[in-house]
Amino acid sequence: MQNDTTDATATGTATSAATAQAPRHIATVNDKLQTPDGNTVRLETRDLSVRYGISTFGVQNISAQIYDQNVTALIGPSGCGKSTYLRALNRMHDLGTDIEVTGEVYLDGENLYAPKMDPVVVRRRVGMVFQKPTPFPTKSIYDNVAAGLRLVGVRNRATLDEVVEQSLKDAALWDEVKDRLRSPGGSLSGGQQQRLCIARALAVGPEVLLMDEPTSSLDPMATARIEELIQKLKHKVTIIIVTHNMQQASRVSDYTAFFYVGELVELGPTQEIFSNPRELRTQEYFSGEFS
Amino acid sequence: MADVVVPASARAAELIPARYRNPGDHFFKLVVLGLSSSIILLAVVMPVVLFIEAAPTFRAFGFMDFLTETTWDPVAAIHGAWPFVVGTLITSFGALLIAALPAIAVAIFVSEYAPKWLARVINYTVDLLAAIPSVVIGLWAIFNFAPMMRDLVYMPIYMWAIEEAEWLIPIIGAPSTYNLITATLILALMIVPYTVALSRDAIAQVPVEQREASWALGSTRWEVIRQAVLPYARTGIVAGLLLSLARGLGETMAVAMLIGNRNRMPFTLFGPAATMPSVIINEFREAVEPLHYSSTMAVGLYLFVVTIGINLLASYIQRKLSISKGVL
Amino acid sequence: MNLRARYARDRVIEGLLVFATLLVVVPLFVIIFYVIMNGFSALNFAFFTEELGSPARAMQGRPTGLVHSIVGTIVIDLIALVMAVPFGIATGIMMSEYGESPMAPVARLMTSTLNGMPAVLMGLMAYALVVKNTGGFSALAGSVALAFVMLPIIARTTESVLRVTPWSLREAGMSLGLPRWRVTTALVIPAAKAGVITGILIAFARAAGEAAPLMLTSFGNNYFTLDVTSPMDTLPQRLYSLAISPYRQWHTMGWGAAIILLLFVMVTFIVGRVIVQRMEDRLKN
Repeated sequence: MQNDTTDATATGTATSAATAQAPRHIATVNDKLQTPDGNTVRLETRDLSVRYGISTFGVQNISAQIYDQNVTALIGPSGCGKSTYLRALNRMHDLGTDIEVTGEVYLDGENLYAPKMDPVVVRRRVGMVFQKPTPFPTKSIYDNVAAGLRLVGVRNRATLDEVVEQSLKDAALWDEVKDRLRSPGGSLSGGQQQRLCIARALAVGPEVLLMDEPTSSLDPMATARIEELIQKLKHKVTIIIVTHNMQQASRVSDYTAFFYVGELVELGPTQEIFSNPRELRTQEYFSGEFS
Repeated sequence: MADVVVPASARAAELIPARYRNPGDHFFKLVVLGLSSSIILLAVVMPVVLFIEAAPTFRAFGFMDFLTETTWDPVAAIHGAWPFVVGTLITSFGALLIAALPAIAVAIFVSEYAPKWLARVINYTVDLLAAIPSVVIGLWAIFNFAPMMRDLVYMPIYMWAIEEAEWLIPIIGAPSTYNLITATLILALMIVPYTVALSRDAIAQVPVEQREASWALGSTRWEVIRQAVLPYARTGIVAGLLLSLARGLGETMAVAMLIGNRNRMPFTLFGPAATMPSVIINEFREAVEPLHYSSTMAVGLYLFVVTIGINLLASYIQRKLSISKGVL
Repeated sequence: MNLRARYARDRVIEGLLVFATLLVVVPLFVIIFYVIMNGFSALNFAFFTEELGSPARAMQGRPTGLVHSIVGTIVIDLIALVMAVPFGIATGIMMSEYGESPMAPVARLMTSTLNGMPAVLMGLMAYALVVKNTGGFSALAGSVALAFVMLPIIARTTESVLRVTPWSLREAGMSLGLPRWRVTTALVIPAAKAGVITGILIAFARAAGEAAPLMLTSFGNNYFTLDVTSPMDTLPQRLYSLAISPYRQWHTMGWGAAIILLLFVMVTFIVGRVIVQRMEDRLKN
């Protein structure tokens, strides 16, 4: 854990050093997937707005780039729109009534909001883990992980076994549950349930994993394990995490985006955002938070 | 139905300083508690009264023997409840069997598929169906449904069975206009609204997180229902089915109007039969002999016992086996 | 399985669900259609002014009607309502406002038990308690039986509407130094008034359609009476007798009774819905 954190910080520092002179990618639209600082853009939003009802804005005109193999944290005071933004990235807002999403989300250059794009496909490519652990309570641990694969008709036992094992290993849960794969998912502890949900999301092989305050209902020990896991996972999948905990953002993320009343105030390497924020609102928020 | 764990009023009691618990409070509470004890009294008195009134029958035939005796002959002063127990079980389980799937389907449709306005219209319609008096449905069935079913369905099946499947004859019997199957079908129609409403409630209890978790895996609508909604709502739906069964057991008028009222077994599908409520309605007013009277009361007591048993089982299932209590 | 097949399955299921919904909803409209078709032609001036009398009256074409059943229904149901309301509302108040009382959980269990009880058993009860002890069938015994039917419905709806009134209302009252009973009677109940009235309406409509308990208590009567100690006629129970009678003319009158019952139930239903809708809208704002 300690080592991982140090590594992450080191990476962050290195990145920021390399980009010391380069402009930050705040509200800029970059058509090239490769950025000057050597990162690959995985996900990009252009002028993304989410509107609830007729007048009130959830978030407005968010343009941002999310880099591959990195963890991006979305922070800001509650009600700032960070979760709203996150849920737009895998079209969860399609399910609500009276919610309007405008703008574009590009995943590997492909617009997820294109008319022909199917939200069901989008959600397979962009997985999600929620605030409260949401294992399917009647399903076994095994069946929980296999749920996504079974949807697409994977019936082959060997394939399922393999993917379930790999996903549980990736979610650092395998050793704890390998002897009781048949017991219900609801029988696990809160932290284990959350890792089970991560395994379930990983099993379908998403390119991006969205995490909406994944540790807010967990105790410190379980939280530490999830944070450790996030560090390991970022090499497999691009992670975007919403957190209300600033320390958590600084511990786990490479990039940080600060949201305030529905706007993206700034997005940059975590190290810089925390040590030297450009925007006054970010500075004020941090000083209020830490003083 | 929804029981709050800590009633708000419990907190109220703690919040009020002792000096405000004034005489008015005492008096008001006394009146409220006094009046409301009536409902407890009523529920307790009911089985006692039924038992006292039924006592002569149980003395004459024995509690269990009255249940299993198959003859009901007031003239010969022999009374047994078995034909009515069987008739009640066939009609109510049959009705539940017929009603369950469509009712759950309606509940799924209104909660998961239908747009809001349509869901509202369907809910109103189903609730209105529950509000229509039993006798009105019975009247319609007597003059429209039953004759139509006899001519268009039962007769052709019977004619066909005579030619092709003689083994069926003992089961279906010769079609009469008022019969077991018609009563069962109408009973199914009458319990559907309850099953729909209770299944709807159970589905509404499914946390939004469960649905979202399934959506986020890339499920289609039906897959979300099968993966997240139905497993979660399962116990609630089962409890709802039991409560609907209890409704069916006690449904009186429409069944009494349609079942043909035959007190002797064996019953056939297309022939007349009787149920516990129907025999009470048909014979009670003519039960001048003490034993006849006490026997209809005894049938009532059985009906009470069965109903309360099923209701308690349903609430047990809802409490003990519900997922929300056990896991999340 | 590819996505297209999954969507196809989704649509097939949706089709099945729509089919099931039609299967459930259509009979209601069929019933309403038949009742209105046959019922309106049965209604005439005499229907509302004459009593039924003997079958001969109808068969000879003399004027005959159900005024005695209509009046009897009103009398019996109103007396039942007067009997049931104080007990029902008090029980609702007790379960919601005195939840700390050991009686509350017991009452809740009993209320739900009674709610699930077949109405015919209420008739048996009222027979054993009232008819047997007063020496004969009477309108009053019918009212008692219907009061038994109404009581748990009123209690349960009252409890649930009192529970959804905001807690802040009670706190506000207490912060003014109001005693608890004043908080309940002056703040909570007025705030929930519409809901309580709806509950009473529902109970009334439900009881008004019940025939079974009345057959064993108020018995029925072919002639007009206002004497509540004698047998009295009611619409649902008369409808049953007319329907199973062998006379064609009486069958027609049965349809007439049905349309009146149906109209009454639908009007109550709609009024109840409107009240509930208004309450919900108000709570939202």
